[in-house]
Amino acid sequence: MHMPTDKIVPQSDLYSRESTTARTPDENPLPVRVKARDVSVFYGQKQALFDVSIDVPEKSVTAFIGPSGCGKSTFLRCLNRMNDTIEGCRVSGLIALDGSDIYDPSLDPVELRARVGMVFQKPNPFPKSIYENVAYGPRIHGLARSRSDMDAIVESSLQKAGLWSEVKDRLHEAGTGLSGGQQQRLCIARAIAVSPEVILMDEPCSALDPIATARIEELIDELRQNYTIVIVTHSMQQAARVSQRTAFFHLGNLVEEGPTDLIFTSPVEKRTQDYITGRYG
Amino acid sequence: MGQHTVTSFDEDLNAIDRLVHDMGDLAADMVVASTRSLVETDAVLAQRVISDDAIMDARQRELDDRAITLIAKRQPVAQDLRAVVGAIRMAADLERIGDLAKNISKRVSAVGEGSAPRSLSHSIDAMAQSVVAQVHEVIAAYEGRDSEKLKLLRAADENIDIQYTRVFRELLTYMMEDPRNITTCTHLLFCAKNLERIGDHVTNIAEDAYYVMTGMQLPLYRPKADETSVAD
Repeated sequence: MHMPTDKIVPQSDLYSRESTTARTPDENPLPVRVKARDVSVFYGQKQALFDVSIDVPEKSVTAFIGPSGCGKSTFLRCLNRMNDTIEGCRVSGLIALDGSDIYDPSLDPVELRARVGMVFQKPNPFPKSIYENVAYGPRIHGLARSRSDMDAIVESSLQKAGLWSEVKDRLHEAGTGLSGGQQQRLCIARAIAVSPEVILMDEPCSALDPIATARIEELIDELRQNYTIVIVTHSMQQAARVSQRTAFFHLGNLVEEGPTDLIFTSPVEKRTQDYITGRYG
Repeated sequence: MGQHTVTSFDEDLNAIDRLVHDMGDLAADMVVASTRSLVETDAVLAQRVISDDAIMDARQRELDDRAITLIAKRQPVAQDLRAVVGAIRMAADLERIGDLAKNISKRVSAVGEGSAPRSLSHSIDAMAQSVVAQVHEVIAAYEGRDSEKLKLLRAADENIDIQYTRVFRELLTYMMEDPRNITTCTHLLFCAKNLERIGDHVTNIAEDAYYVMTGMQLPLYRPKADETSVAD
């Protein structure tokens, strides 16, 4: 019997490569959205990341964990070329989105960042109205042809971010007047508004209280139906709760990556085990 | 394995581990004492086993409380989580071993009223020795973190099943020889069944301990040699 070709996911070349990373594939691998091969990052003379190779599967959440300074945020920022803005930062290796190299000189980084959105640790709404915060991206990318188009984008983005019912009557109030959790959901709505394929989240809940955190986690789980999400988190429990795959970084190396269920019950590498169980010094 | 950054986490885990060891030692003592009380018709020893069971139950409750509290407070993962869940399960099996030993001891007075059991219980005695050895060995393998030994122990339960079949046939023969043996032999048969069940709990403990140590489950298939049951 023939399977429809788009359902067949070829075994990734990752598993035949020579590498120090311990890898466990998914039982039913999803198609790969972002592919990184031998990515190294240097800040001036200092190497911050060493030959990281990983596949980020689509429509799922991949969590990057590891102690401070392990390179997880550095690697996350490579995925939409945020490191370009850092003086003296050099990235080598290949990062491909849907098969095309994102470091291709002909590629416009602004265009790339519309396809790969980002949510930061501290909610950082623009000092503008709630409406304008969401409308800004679609406007500069020319995604709305009319005012009603824009209204629809703003509403659906706020809906998807789970914020609509709370702000629909005060869209023209300042975004900075919202609570921390609402501001973070506004930032997620802003990221969604340009219809990205991938959403990068750099510790999106570390400035939020447990209830706001739970709402964001619930939101991440819903967004996973339509987006590919990569999240950096210091909360191991959060990684365990929201992600399908987990990657553990240590001292600039990708030590282990695999299904989250496995990483948190029977990790392969001793360093992973020591870190997640709280034995890492 | 290294220490946790939070030392009280280690203390909590060690306390649970100590309780498993204590329960293991107590279970082994109870099985030894119960079989001796049966074979030697020793009512005093039998009574001790019966009162030991209350201690066993109390330990299991303490272990459960500590395990639940540890999960709530520390959200253990990986080997720590396996250790806590494994301890809960092993404690449940050890508690059942205690119950079964108590059951054997409770029959001592009933058996003693009949004909002298010694002549009838040679093969039970041999079976009891195998079971006691299994209990001791599983505890030792858990304490010594010997996962290979656990695999062998699990396989060795087959011998106990074979011995149970032998005891069953032997007691049946005594009953046919002389119907006055029936009461005693029936009690002894229940005791043998209890010993066989203890062997099964040892197998469970071996499986749980293996998972705690390795993070892998042993394959489901295990040899079965109890031919007395017709149901399966």
